[in-house]
Amino acid sequence: MNASLCSMCAFAKSSIGRKIIVAVTGLALVLFLAGHLTGNLLIFAGRDAFNDYAQFLHEVFHGAGVWIARIGLLACFVAHVWFTILLTRENKTARKKYAHQATVQAPKSSLIMIWSGLTILAFIIFHLLHFTVKAGTDYASFMQVMPDGSERHDAWKMVIVGFSNPLVAIFYIIAMTLLCSHLSHGVASIFQTLGLRSKKTAGPINVLSRIYAIVIYLGFISIPLAILLFGFGCEACK
Amino acid sequence: MPLLNLTLKVWRQENAKSEGRIETYEAKEIPTSASFLEMIDIVNERLIQDGEEPIHFDHDCREGICGMCSMTINGVPHSKERGITTCQLHMRKFSDGETIWIEPFRANAFPVVKDLVVNRSSFDRIIAAGGYISVRTGSAPDAHAIQIPKPDADAAFDAAACIGCGACVAACKNASAMLFVSAKASHLNHLPQGQAEKDQRVLGMVRQMDEEGFGNCTNQFECEAVCPKEISASHIAKLNRDYLAASARDSVS
Repeated sequence: MNASLCSMCAFAKSSIGRKIIVAVTGLALVLFLAGHLTGNLLIFAGRDAFNDYAQFLHEVFHGAGVWIARIGLLACFVAHVWFTILLTRENKTARKKYAHQATVQAPKSSLIMIWSGLTILAFIIFHLLHFTVKAGTDYASFMQVMPDGSERHDAWKMVIVGFSNPLVAIFYIIAMTLLCSHLSHGVASIFQTLGLRSKKTAGPINVLSRIYAIVIYLGFISIPLAILLFGFGCEACK
Repeated sequence: MPLLNLTLKVWRQENAKSEGRIETYEAKEIPTSASFLEMIDIVNERLIQDGEEPIHFDHDCREGICGMCSMTINGVPHSKERGITTCQLHMRKFSDGETIWIEPFRANAFPVVKDLVVNRSSFDRIIAAGGYISVRTGSAPDAHAIQIPKPDADAAFDAAACIGCGACVAACKNASAMLFVSAKASHLNHLPQGQAEKDQRVLGMVRQMDEEGFGNCTNQFECEAVCPKEISASHIAKLNRDYLAASARDSVS
């Protein structure tokens, strides 16, 4: 047991082991994004569909489901950020800079991973305070009256009101732009780090990575853009 | 024959402990038929005639197989030309009046010895940590005693083309040695003779790589672009895969 714990710590201390941890947690977060986007797009299906979905999330496994997901995601997120910061610090100290610097083929997105990542970190803290904790807002008081007279939280109205603030929407769009950049290098990197990339699969993996990043990007920004530019659901704000 | 007049910005450093600096030299009337190293030889001849210290640089075979020439030219190891070492670079690739920046391969794991000469013995220690197979020497076995499938033999040979020059480390934004280590591990891991010590090799070489102070791979593939032997970063993917499997087996054994 002790010996196997030792090999676990050797793994978490090694460069490849840490990268594999970053890749696996990154994969979990990438898959979460797909689910999160699919759920969010229900906003266009109307108030009932979106609130049904929100209610389902809070009631699955008698309310335990949402907490299992939150704790799991938080663990992945903390590990992803923590190990990336450790790796980046080692990378920055591994050499003195060249007087004349040049880049041959590294894509721009790969050069700013730590900065796009840290911006996303700041965004997620804001996003959770905004829509999950609802700090400094009256979103918790938004209620949808059901046909049988009962009430439930009106998550649909919360999103519409939330994105009616141009500053919130602009920060959201900036964060999503950086997320798109982060994913375009990150998704392909998952395959490489987990050893699934070969000469044959390199091309398709790069294409898949870019398409995934763009789909996630367009999907997420469609919501604030629809609200801000086309006044989607704005009758709810009044 | 056309002659070039160039300005060189060269890294000069007395020894490993001293602070280095960029010095400017005029390289006048350089024939386009000269190789890059011959261009420095010409400049050095003139420096010696003027009683100045010549520019120290590593070189040996001057035919692209030894991996000694360790220069970063305009920020790119072995220059921006693909698939060559510095000694295979010709001055016809430059134009008259150009300024050329010449620096050593930079990485903390490659300390500068003097000027453009760096100490790459960290690579030797990585090889000593697992880049070998243990066999009884003396009588050569029959060539067909161990059958090797052609695709494996080809993949092993592609990896074995590594000359250990260190350009991958010098080009990497993080000074990571992953392309070198993966090529050396992949070469033996693809072959039946390398299977017995495979896990030990992968774990040992990666541990030594980390101890030497190389950075971590961030999958930008600058290494692949500058490798004079055009070794593919898919060997890095294989090393990652082999490392994961070796760690898993090590933790349960």
